[in-house]
Amino acid sequence: MRALSAVNDFVVKFANVNGSGSASANGLFVKAILRSGVPVAARNIFPSNIQGLPTWYEVRVSGEGWLGRRGGVDLMVAMNPQTWDRDLAEIDPGGYLFYDATKPLPPSKFRKDVNVVGLPLTALCNDAYQVPSQRKVMKNIIYLGALTFLLGIEREVVETLLAEEYASKPKLVPANIEALGIGYEYARANMPPLGLQVKKADGVGDRIFVDGNTAAGLGAVYGGATVCAWYPITPSTSLAEAFTDYCKKLRTDLATGKGKYAIVQAEDEIASIGMVVGAGWNGSRAFTCTSGPGISLMQEFIGLSYFAEIPAVIFDVQRGGPSTGMPTRTQQSDIITCAYASHGDTKHVLLLPEGPGECFEFGAQAFDLADRLQTTVFVMLDLDMGMNEWLTAPFAWDDSRELDRGKVMTAEMLEAGADFGRYLDIDGDGIPYRTLPATHANKGAYFTRGTSRDRYARYSEEGAVYVDNMERLLRKFDTAKQLVPAPLTRRAKKQTPYGVLFYGSTSPAMDEALEQLEAQGLHLNAMRVRAFPFSGVVFDFIGAHELVFVVEQNRDAQLRALLINEGGVDPARLVKVLHYDGTPITARFIGGELKARMGSTGASAQGEMAK
Amino acid sequence: MTYIAKPLFAHPSLTKNAVGFTRRDYEGRVSTLCAGCGHDSISAAIVQACFEIDLEPHRLAKLSGIGCSSKTPDYFLGASHGFNTVHGRMPSVLTGANLANRELIYLGVSGDGDSASIGLGQFAHAMRRGVNMAYIVENNGVYGLTKGQFSATADRGSKSKKGAVNHDSGIDLVAMALQLGASFVGRSFSGDKDQLVPLIKAALSHKGAAFIDVLSPCIAFNNHAGSTKSFDWVREHNEAVNHLDVMVGRAPITAEYAPGEVISVAQHDGTVLNLRKVAADYDPTNRSAASAFLAERNAAGEVVTGLLYIEPDAEDLHDNLDTVEAPLNRLSDADLIPGSAALAKVNAALR
Repeated sequence: MRALSAVNDFVVKFANVNGSGSASANGLFVKAILRSGVPVAARNIFPSNIQGLPTWYEVRVSGEGWLGRRGGVDLMVAMNPQTWDRDLAEIDPGGYLFYDATKPLPPSKFRKDVNVVGLPLTALCNDAYQVPSQRKVMKNIIYLGALTFLLGIEREVVETLLAEEYASKPKLVPANIEALGIGYEYARANMPPLGLQVKKADGVGDRIFVDGNTAAGLGAVYGGATVCAWYPITPSTSLAEAFTDYCKKLRTDLATGKGKYAIVQAEDEIASIGMVVGAGWNGSRAFTCTSGPGISLMQEFIGLSYFAEIPAVIFDVQRGGPSTGMPTRTQQSDIITCAYASHGDTKHVLLLPEGPGECFEFGAQAFDLADRLQTTVFVMLDLDMGMNEWLTAPFAWDDSRELDRGKVMTAEMLEAGADFGRYLDIDGDGIPYRTLPATHANKGAYFTRGTSRDRYARYSEEGAVYVDNMERLLRKFDTAKQLVPAPLTRRAKKQTPYGVLFYGSTSPAMDEALEQLEAQGLHLNAMRVRAFPFSGVVFDFIGAHELVFVVEQNRDAQLRALLINEGGVDPARLVKVLHYDGTPITARFIGGELKARMGSTGASAQGEMAK
Repeated sequence: MTYIAKPLFAHPSLTKNAVGFTRRDYEGRVSTLCAGCGHDSISAAIVQACFEIDLEPHRLAKLSGIGCSSKTPDYFLGASHGFNTVHGRMPSVLTGANLANRELIYLGVSGDGDSASIGLGQFAHAMRRGVNMAYIVENNGVYGLTKGQFSATADRGSKSKKGAVNHDSGIDLVAMALQLGASFVGRSFSGDKDQLVPLIKAALSHKGAAFIDVLSPCIAFNNHAGSTKSFDWVREHNEAVNHLDVMVGRAPITAEYAPGEVISVAQHDGTVLNLRKVAADYDPTNRSAASAFLAERNAAGEVVTGLLYIEPDAEDLHDNLDTVEAPLNRLSDADLIPGSAALAKVNAALR
């Protein structure tokens, strides 16, 4: 039988039962490979459940440093009988099946083209441990030990990690190292190493391993956020928790022990955004974090923020929709609902980070933009980048950077006789000055409202006054184009009529797909869109190509719809490439789709459009 | 609607308060409510109360929801920042504003539709969080702006102007505020300025969630026979438990009371509340007794008014969150940004 053979280039998938304690063992497995200097991309595929349902952890070992999902599985660690059949079916021919061989299984339960590695895991565990709770936890460490041997990971690396993991509970260290040894020694005595091997390398460098929610929470700290109001919802909860943890560490007043921040777990998403709007009105940088259902609930306040011009930041960690949808699966399906949130004519700024690095960067920048533009700024994460740890360049901060508080009229300016009109466009950029409450004893006070008003904040339902204000809001949105992160272009090595547009967590898979296509002689210019409103550069890019693929992780090609709507682009020029089953998009998928369509003519692209 | 400014002309003999303002400095634009509306009396009481406690108008932020009552912040304190938010959501906006700057005085103005119907949830949570504010509900039991539908505070059996009988139980916001942990709870009547002004003064100087339910008859849609929120009904059934005098700092106690007749309560900011008892044995510092008394009198058909409950040393949301004394909206970049050295440590922990 064929046996796959590869060094530092394979995919391992762990099939576990939720709540069995497997997550920490799997995390150690990944860290051990990273400590060996080999890049890893790891993704949790988990249910909306605390205990009992199937959960998977997919680990891509890539010496070349590809961080997207590859697709396919080379080694399945099948620890969940419930999902045995589908797990078995997923293994690539010549791949490996690692399973608990304590109880014999009939030959019909295996595949002829898959190499079987059976470890009597339960037997080893029960021999060594008597206490049920210990058996449950140590079982995971025993299989980690066996895998350490089978994949050629250095045992000392894993032992060091165990010592670090339990540094706060040192008593547990020897017990875990012993369990690791049980698995390692059994495998060494009874099994040959697999064809898949980890070999020490220097491919990780100074990169960090972090999830986007943590990065965005940290970004909010650096961006000067002082008020966070939130309501728990998967997959955004850990963002608020990260903000809380980093505030405790980094924002506690050393003299008094008091916090230079306020975090409120609100009663719902409506109250969350209400508090954010109240704090923003009063001059604090404030944010909430949520997912699609929360965005639906926040609509009315988002409209108030747009129309009354109040800074607010919303981190939307997108999950599978619509309705409750797939709460623990990833999608990019809130693009349109956020871009045009609330009733009436509205448009909002969206920032589209590609992963944890930009979650930090945009997470901080969002607050400057919200203050500068006096409106809601969305940072659009998704579950894939939000909840999975990605390998990324270390976070950086320029200490000379100052927070941009935007146009705030001070008591001195009022005293000097400035003409304060809350909705008066003095500079021609559509952005008026605002005053904060209590600025001056008798100047600059105004009444904020969601009803129509004139340039001096006086109630008015006069048509001309209303239109004047709405047109100014459009000018302001136009100003935003110059302020938001610009798109990034990757030029093909050869002249090509093809372009591809993408955004967000599609990035790592796209990088790899483009390289693969190039190796096959298929060339495309690529542009990663990083914000809405779109800069003119995006439409220049579309104009410079005969056909542009728009790769997205939603059903309705939402970014493409925005491009058509905002830029008047001929729909026939924009070809949908959509992956929306809830799993992160793969390089194999993108490469396959683009290859298949690049050979075809414009006519078939038209057909796609009409689909 | 609300665009008519009052002329600034003021007679030179108008009295000034300790911070140099006349009563006129606390007024706002001309009201657009119906002539004789109870809400205008409440606005006048707010003006009077702010003048008497020597409040600098710009140190107060006034917030409201949507409805007749929520329009009123435009009609008082024209030198204060105001925020007419969205229907039923004033409490969350006020909470956020308070988090941003703990130094200002926050006045929330709402109505029975705004607070007891669409906004019941936010009302409840702002009370239980102890947001430092004075929260006034101008309660008329009816939707005025949409012409006469029952609100959630309308009593069961109460008749609408068109003759419909309300079959749902009425929500008593005072009972709710007591149960939810508000640290100052009062009820009054827009037609009784002598009772209302001191209550507002005390609420504005209270630290913590202060709630006042003010019965404010709607002369257009809920002032007929058969209504339990009409001027006549409230006057006939009003049972005050006490009379309140608010002593701001240096103000001498002028009234003489017989021993045992007065309870004096010192508030966090130094104001002293002298409560002259009307109902025998009513103790406004006992939350459960206050709840029981209210339930009993309510069953007897009385509308109990006065300062019903006070916890003078209450903690507020900032105490519970343990935030710094300086307002969060005034923290500098140096206070807020941990810098690159701290970031290097964060990076190191993620390898």
